[in-house]
Parts: sequence; structure tokens; C-alpha cells
Amino acid sequence: MSEDFVNIEIDGVPTTARKGQMIIQVTDEQRVYVPRFCYHEKLTVAANCRMCLVEVENAPKPLPACATPVADGMKVFTRSEYARGAQKAVMEFLLINHPLDCPICDQGGECELQDLAMGYGKDSSRFTERKRVVKDKNIGPLISTDMTRCIQCTRCTRFTEEIAGFQELGTIGRGETMQISTYIGKTVDHELSGNVIDLCPVGALNNKPFRFRARSWEMQQVPLVSPHDCTGANLFGHVLRGKLLRVVPRTNEAINETWISDRDRYACYGIYASDRVEQPLVKSKGEWREASWEDALARAAAGLKKISTEKGPGQIGMLASPNSTLEEFHLYSRLADGLGTKNIDHRLRQTDFSDQDADPVYPWLGTDIAGLEKLDAALIVGSNLRNEVPLLAHRIRKAAVAGAGISFLNPREYRYLFPVAAYLVANDLAGELAALVAAAEGGKSANAEQRKIIASLNDGTAGMILLGHLAQRHPAWAGIRALAAKLAGLTGVSLGYIPDGGNAVAGCLAGVLPHRDAGGKSTADAGLDAHAMLASNLSAYLLLGCEPEFDCANGEAARKSLAAADLVVAIGSFASDTMKEYADVILPIGSYAESPGTYVNAEGRWQSVTAAAAPVGQSRPAWKVLRVLGNLLDLDGFDYQDSQQVRDELAEILGQIGPDNAYHGDYEHADAAGGAGEAHDVPMYRTDAIVRRSRPLQETEQESPASPAVVSF
Amino acid sequence: MGADSKNQDGILSAHVCLEIDRWVAKFPEGKQRSALIGALQAAQHQNKGFLNDELMAAVADYLDLPVIQVYEVATFYSMFETKAVGRHSISVCTNISCMLNGCDRIVDHLEKKLGIRTGESTADGKFYLKQEEECLAACDGAPMMMIDHVYYENLSPDKVDSILDGLE
Repeated sequence: MSEDFVNIEIDGVPTTARKGQMIIQVTDEQRVYVPRFCYHEKLTVAANCRMCLVEVENAPKPLPACATPVADGMKVFTRSEYARGAQKAVMEFLLINHPLDCPICDQGGECELQDLAMGYGKDSSRFTERKRVVKDKNIGPLISTDMTRCIQCTRCTRFTEEIAGFQELGTIGRGETMQISTYIGKTVDHELSGNVIDLCPVGALNNKPFRFRARSWEMQQVPLVSPHDCTGANLFGHVLRGKLLRVVPRTNEAINETWISDRDRYACYGIYASDRVEQPLVKSKGEWREASWEDALARAAAGLKKISTEKGPGQIGMLASPNSTLEEFHLYSRLADGLGTKNIDHRLRQTDFSDQDADPVYPWLGTDIAGLEKLDAALIVGSNLRNEVPLLAHRIRKAAVAGAGISFLNPREYRYLFPVAAYLVANDLAGELAALVAAAEGGKSANAEQRKIIASLNDGTAGMILLGHLAQRHPAWAGIRALAAKLAGLTGVSLGYIPDGGNAVAGCLAGVLPHRDAGGKSTADAGLDAHAMLASNLSAYLLLGCEPEFDCANGEAARKSLAAADLVVAIGSFASDTMKEYADVILPIGSYAESPGTYVNAEGRWQSVTAAAAPVGQSRPAWKVLRVLGNLLDLDGFDYQDSQQVRDELAEILGQIGPDNAYHGDYEHADAAGGAGEAHDVPMYRTDAIVRRSRPLQETEQESPASPAVVSF
Repeated sequence: MGADSKNQDGILSAHVCLEIDRWVAKFPEGKQRSALIGALQAAQHQNKGFLNDELMAAVADYLDLPVIQVYEVATFYSMFETKAVGRHSISVCTNISCMLNGCDRIVDHLEKKLGIRTGESTADGKFYLKQEEECLAACDGAPMMMIDHVYYENLSPDKVDSILDGLE
């Protein structure tokens, strides 16, 4: 037995434990359940609920399993009469002030207190005193409060302090009047705040938009993957009679751990927005009318054919949301092939495509997500990290708190809630990078911040340069990338990308790119990229799941080009008034919750899910719509039986493509770079059509009505 | 940490800032949270006996702490007032020695004289009759009371009258 282990006995069963472990960690590993409220494996130990009291031989009193370290020869009894007695006594105390309002409590049926009261509670209370009453607080549009139900476990306050990184909730007052609260009049605004709902063991903190909508046992739980950012967070959709009512995290330590961002959790309330399309729509003589699927699809196919024969297939442009599924991307790309156009793109917010031939087959994170925690040095270029990828920001925060030197180069200073080693602020990202390259090459003119960054990258054994959304959307992207690659080479660190969009990696793999086919094969004649398509006033546009007026780099120009086109076929879930102005045919498709599909996250992990909810009205999963469109255009091989077949076909084409961010471009882009330019920062809750329609998200502090759809600086 | 970078809107007086700096200097760097009680005492003193939203936020800003952590401490300790109270804080000890020596008579007298109940302040903002939680550790002089941190012992109603009349 090595020095790091001790022998202990749990309920008479001998086992070994690592030194320093708490009893509850060992019992959890041994699958011996000890009841608990305040203990949570991701949070520090508070030991204030006392529910986990156990008997330890020779200890003069019951000990809290969550705060008692194991010792050699320790004999723990979790279910002895003595231990059960202590646990039952604690439960009696907890129930003194807890209201018996389970029938009207949303937590009922999924409540830790309710569950444990079944096992440890008495049938009736010995207390006749009045129960404590605590006033509810308005802590924002996302979390409802019923503070009388609170048992002061402080999981929520510890979460905001330790995981979110900025304490927003605290315990105020003392003794019987102690309560959980925000500071006077403040709301809880952190982008991960919704997780306190799952942490709360009682019904004190609950999902506000979900309030009183359903009982937990009525709903079905279906696995989903978040399409809103490139993390690919694992979710469960809770569905009642075909309708998605709420989203909760699905634990996956490799990706999202036990957390999800508020965007992942509350975006689902945008799915059933009032402008959701329930029936195919066609415009004739300026009037919209509902049509049958046959009519609408025939009209779309005929229109595309007409433009193709009369004006040439090069007059057709195809834009896809980077949140589409892999299957949709593949069919969309095949449809483009069939139509004979290579004007197809999913990189809607990018503006500089001059170096696109040097792009990796799929730009990826450069490490697995868990690997971000183990970084000891990183330079993050052009990223409003917490907004873009809240869960990756959490991983990087963990690295920073553990002592990693995390530096930023950004157009402006954002608040990161962790120690930042160095911060460079400049609109001219390329210019600053050039200075860093010069410093790395031994230039003498470097300033203190620059030297600090170079030193931390040089010294780090697990270092990385990460290129964020603002960098990728920057007009000098080619130069930024070339310089970043050069700097990575000079300092011996790896290069990573934060893919812009929930499934952008799949878009690259499937060849929804003007210059490449599936698997990254270069095409002979490159088509127009997203930006050029909208700048060159094509005759026809096909839109998949996107609203170019919000989703493209220059929304206003995009809207004008679409309005001037002869034909716009929008395949999407929503029909805004703006879309109704420029579109001619609207084909309603299921949202991410209503369609089967595969998402490839930033680390290149494929995750397939089935449809969770029933499509609204006549809408159909997009892959089916694209299949029929292919058939109507007389294209070969559009006879897929199911979406899995589409995925398998693409997987076979792709073969063994591995992640590789090595830069094969020309460093002369670095010389051509420069100019401040504009980088587009999209507010966190304006990133895609569903998020924009989520009322609770739009009511948060980040989203005051005055904030424009796109902030440029 | 210094008065130059923090407290930019000047809510905390120069004296309070110095006092907070003195407390911060007692603890290792980065442990300025430990200086919070001292900081709040100074801020409360500046404001004639109670804290408000603005002051707590200024202290949080000065010590670079989340404002909720300041609020937690301010609401936990009975020596901090988070609502407006009269400028002379009167605490009558009602623990066992004082109780045996007739503190109830003193409390009754004060309540009648000031026209307020324990826990309330006079309308002119002069007196605050505080609910004292703990024994003030002056049992040999029971019954006793504390006004603005000064002990007055062996009280009688007449003595209370003359003490109160002597306050501005």
C-alpha cells in the first residue's frame, strides 16, 4: 500500500481511499449513498446542512461525511441506527421552517428535500410554532425565487463565487432571519447563472419561464445538443405532448461538466415565437399566402431551375446558418453541386476571405475542451470569450485560477472574472500581433505587456494561441491568422480556433464552402463567399436557417441584396417582417429540438441526437425538405431513408480526416495586414434566430432594448 | 490599493480611506477582505451611525470585493445598521445581571421619555434605541447602557435623564 492511500471500512466493507479524501467522496465512489444537501462535488465544502452525518467508530459524536477526511483504520457506518438517528434529527430541523407547499412547487417530483424527506422525515411535525416567512426577490427574468423554501445550503452562493467567478448571491442576516439574497436591488446576470436552479436542492430557485408549466413526472426527457455555440453542450429537453418546455444540462465531464450556459438553457423559449412559420408560404404579386408543401417546393424548384437556365447557375447564392446540422450541411452542399453553383457558405460573419485556401480542413480548438483547463499559458486574440463560448470561458477560468498566464489581445477590454496576465487593447489586432512577433524574434522595442506575453508563452509547457470570433470576423483576418501562426511557431505553442457558430466545424467538413468540397478537397472554380455573394447582387438566394439581416457581417447590405434579388427561398423556422419583404418562398423547418442531426463541436467531436419535440404545424426537419428539393430538381442520389444515412454517407466521404491547425498559408499576408478595420461583436443573446426570439434572454440586463443588434467599434 | 485609484466619486472621506488603508496593511496582500469589518465601522462612523447602499458599494469598490460580500457582513453583525437610525445609538444591556438589577425599568423609562419602542429612532433623528443582543460585560455596574460606544453604569431613571440631556 503506497503512502497516498489509507485503509478504511464503510458499513463493514473494507476499502482503500486516497489521503485527504472526504468520507462522502469515498462513499460516492463505493456507491453507498449518504444523504446530502449542501455538498456538491464541484463546489467547496460548506458542511452547513448536516444531513450527511455518519457514525465513525470511536468518534464522540456523529460526523459530517462531506467535511471529515478519511484516516487509516477509520470505520464508517452510514446506515447504523446511530447514523440514521442523526440524519433523521437533521431532517426534522430542516423541515421546521420549510413550507409544505409541494403541490404548488415546481420542484415537486424532482426535489432532493422531498425525496430525502420520504426516507428520513417523520409523518408529522412536533413543532407547533409559526414557520419563518421570507420575502421573494426579483433576481432577474431567468430565475424565479420562493425564498421561504430555502434551507440555506448555500450551494447557489458558492456557485456564483467559485464557478461563475463573481459572487452575486450571498447570505444576509443571521440566525433565523438569515436568507439568500442579491445585493439591494440587483439581479443575477452571469451567463452561467441558470445553473443555480439545478444546484438548488429545494424549490427556492427555479426556472422562471418554466414556472407552473408542467410537473416533472409528466414530461419526457430527451437528449439534445446545444446548437448555440461551438461547445456542443449536452442537454436534456423536457417535452410535454410534443412541446419542448425546458432544457436542463446532461452531464458530460468531457464537454460541459454539469453546467450549461443561460443561452443553452433559455434559448428554447424562442422556438415557439409568434413569427414561427407553421405552413409553407409563397408570395404571389406581393401577397403572402399559405401553400401546400407540393406547391411551395415546386415553386422553389421551378424558380431555381429558371434562374439557372436563364442566367446561369452562378447567379444562385446559398447561405446556411453555422448552427445547421451536419446532415443539413451535407445535403445543402450536394444541392449546390446539383444546381451547378459553388456560391455556398456558412461563414456568415466573416469578412476577409483572402487567405481561405490556407484554412485547415476544419479550424478547431487545437485541444480537447478539458485540455483548456490544463493550459499554463495562452494568448487569446479577438474574443469576447464569456459571450462567445461561456463554457469554454469557464474552463479557461479554471486554468487561470490554477495559475496559468492567460493574456488577451482585443479591440476593447472585456471583464473576465479571473486573473489576466496581460491585456493588449487595439482595434488593429494585426499590428499588435506584428509587434508581438517582433518581440518574440528578439526585438528590443517591446513594451512590458508584450514582453510579459512572450515570456509566458515561451515558458509554458502547455501553451496556446486561441483565435476568437472577433479575430475571425476582422477585416484583416488573413494577416491576423498568419501572424498568430508565426507567433505560435516562434514561441512553440499550438494554434487554436474558436469556431464561429454552433456547428461550423460540420459546415467545413461537409463542404458548405465556396472553395472546397466535402472533406476539404479544393474545387477547381471557387464560388463566391458569403460576403461576396451578398455584395454582388445575385438573382437568387437560398437561405438555410439564417436571417442574413442579423446573421451576416453587414446586415443592412445583406437585406438590400436580398430585396433586390428575383428569387429568395428561405428554409427556416421563422418569418420576420423583414424576411417577408425579401423572400418569395418560405419553407418551414423544425428547430434544433425538432430535427434529428449531428453536431460537431470545437474539438471535432461528433454528437448525434434524435428529434425531441414534434415539429410545429406543417414544418418538417430540414434534411427532409432538402431531400425533396433535390428530388424535384431531378438530382441523383437524393433518396435517403433517414438522416442517419445522410450522416453515414458523409462520414464515408470524409474517411479519416484528423484535426490539424497547422498553417500552410503564406506569411506575406502578414505584411499586407494592417488597418484598424471593424470587428463585429454580436451581443450574447443576438447570435441566432432562436436566441433572438427568446423573451427571457431578451429581458436580461445584457439585452436592454436600446442595444443594437450588432455592436461595432 | 490607494485612495488615488479607488473612491473616485469621493463617497468615502479621506479619513475613512486612511483608516481602511490602515486595516488593509495589517493583512497579507490579496487578503483585503479581512479588512472589511474595520472598513465598515469607519464608513458607518462617517455617516453618523448607519450604512447605506452608496457607502457599502463604495467600500466594496475600495476593497475590490463583490458588493454582496459587504452586504453579508453588514447585515450579519448587529453593530452595523443598514437602515437610517438616529445619531446617538443607545443600547441598554438586558442580559442576566442587568435584568436582575432592574434594566426593564430603564428600558421602560427610555421608551416613555423618547416616545419610541426599542429598535426605533426618534423623529428628530437624534436618538436610536437599539435592540442590544449580547451582554455588554459590565455586570459590576448593572444596570448599564452604552451610548455611542461609551458605557454608563449604575443607572437610575434620573441618571438616564441627565445623561440624555447632556447629549447634543
